[in-house]
Amino acid sequence: MADPMRIRAQAAGDKVTVRVLMSHEMETGQRKDAAGKTVPAWFIQEVTAAHNSKPVLSAEWGPGVSKNPFLQFAVKGAKAGDKIAVTWKDNKGDTRTDEATVT
Amino acid sequence: MQTRRETIQQSMVVAGLLASAGFPQFAHAAFNKNGFDAKSVQDAVKAYGGGNIAESKDVTVTGPDIAENGAVVPLGASTSLSGVKQLLVLVEKNPSALIAMFHVSDAVDANFLTRAKMGQSSDVYAVAIMADGKALFAKKEVKVTLGGCGG
Amino acid sequence: MKHSISVLLAAGLITLSQSSLAQKTASQSIDEYRAMLQDGNPADLFEAKGEGLWTQKRGPKNASLEKCDLGKGPGVFKGAFVELPKYFADTGRVQDLESRLLTCMETLQGLNAAEIAKTPFGRGEQVNMTALATWVAAESKGMKFNLPQANQAEKTFYEVGKRLFFQRGGPHDFACASCHAEDGKRIRLQDLPNLTKNAGDGIGVAAWPAYRVSNGQMWGMQQRLNDCYRQQRFPYPGFASDATIALGVYLGVNSQGSASIAPAIKR
Repeated sequence: MADPMRIRAQAAGDKVTVRVLMSHEMETGQRKDAAGKTVPAWFIQEVTAAHNSKPVLSAEWGPGVSKNPFLQFAVKGAKAGDKIAVTWKDNKGDTRTDEATVT
Repeated sequence: MQTRRETIQQSMVVAGLLASAGFPQFAHAAFNKNGFDAKSVQDAVKAYGGGNIAESKDVTVTGPDIAENGAVVPLGASTSLSGVKQLLVLVEKNPSALIAMFHVSDAVDANFLTRAKMGQSSDVYAVAIMADGKALFAKKEVKVTLGGCGG
Repeated sequence: MKHSISVLLAAGLITLSQSSLAQKTASQSIDEYRAMLQDGNPADLFEAKGEGLWTQKRGPKNASLEKCDLGKGPGVFKGAFVELPKYFADTGRVQDLESRLLTCMETLQGLNAAEIAKTPFGRGEQVNMTALATWVAAESKGMKFNLPQANQAEKTFYEVGKRLFFQRGGPHDFACASCHAEDGKRIRLQDLPNLTKNAGDGIGVAAWPAYRVSNGQMWGMQQRLNDCYRQQRFPYPGFASDATIALGVYLGVNSQGSASIAPAIKR
């Protein structure tokens, strides 16, 4: 299973800023390895997030996103103690969900 | 503090809920291949139902003036407009211009920050697509330098 | 005729200098770029992995690393990084962080240190080694370097490190000193710190392990030194060899009092 994400969710006023670091190679499919073989495309395609189990974010990503991707967004009406869960799914069908508590 | 096992179990419950919830606006979090294969900014926008792009000061793109390395360039897209359905982040001169597409909902700010790969110095775009297909953009130039041997 | 040309030239120069004053310098722009990356350093991912590996029971002995002595007593990891390399009585050697992790992985967990040392960076157990080094370094983040020089072996290693630093060789006749012994040097846009003295907070040993965005890799000090030697066209030093540790002592002692920012983010 892929390495866990690092999720930080900080409340300020009536919203929560969520910062996520994901562990993923994000191969474009255009790179050649040392032997000259093309390294196949392998990248996160879908990212979703939920606030206390309610879906709040949905995004599509391409291989142009950097390796070990960083994402920042803000959830309205969230507060300390709430749960933020982030899920990614890649083009191979692998998926990972991690959760953090808002501080 | 909960153990990792508890966190993973909780996460699986959440994932299951997300899958079965079937919220309409997230029913199509599927990958839009046309959008990500598109070579130009306009073609990528068209793939998401957007019309001809028009510059707007109500859309903002953020990024560094110079990126020391093209592998990791922080890029942000935001808008103060209401009624926006999608926010796109694009790098004009990349082999495929589209980096990411964010659905805009009432639950989140229309303000997203991520990091993109840039093959060369290029204009970067933030495009807001409205419910009626109107596409508004902001752009800025990001120079990508070739670094040295150290660091 | 001459007079009007010099007036034109002067006017041109004034316009030029005014526009460059209005624009940011390239150096300032690069600083802004680096600042943008500070929040959300992918090194966090490796740090988290390392933290898990410290307590995970592994190896033939099915044991964790929680009793590992990094120089401040068994199991003490906070503050250990900024006191390394130092002399260890149990091995009778001066050791740096990665060398000490090797010792612990072998004696506590039964893993094969020689095999790990031969494994290329980024493969097999070296991935775990890097993660562990990243986490241990993070546990000293912000603390000041304070290597001991009380023991004779530590003093000798400082002198050996200094000799190695200035030793010229390889097909280009380079030494570490070729790039790192003067103020104000740089290669393209990378500043080359003067490592013969305290170069300031977060410089040199105070910046590694670091995540390198250019290749998306986490590098410990051993890999940084290894790559320096590659760039000098020297043969590769052995992983956690005395030569690399001696260099670490020289650089670390020179950095006395500077604050560690490891794990950092680099080009």
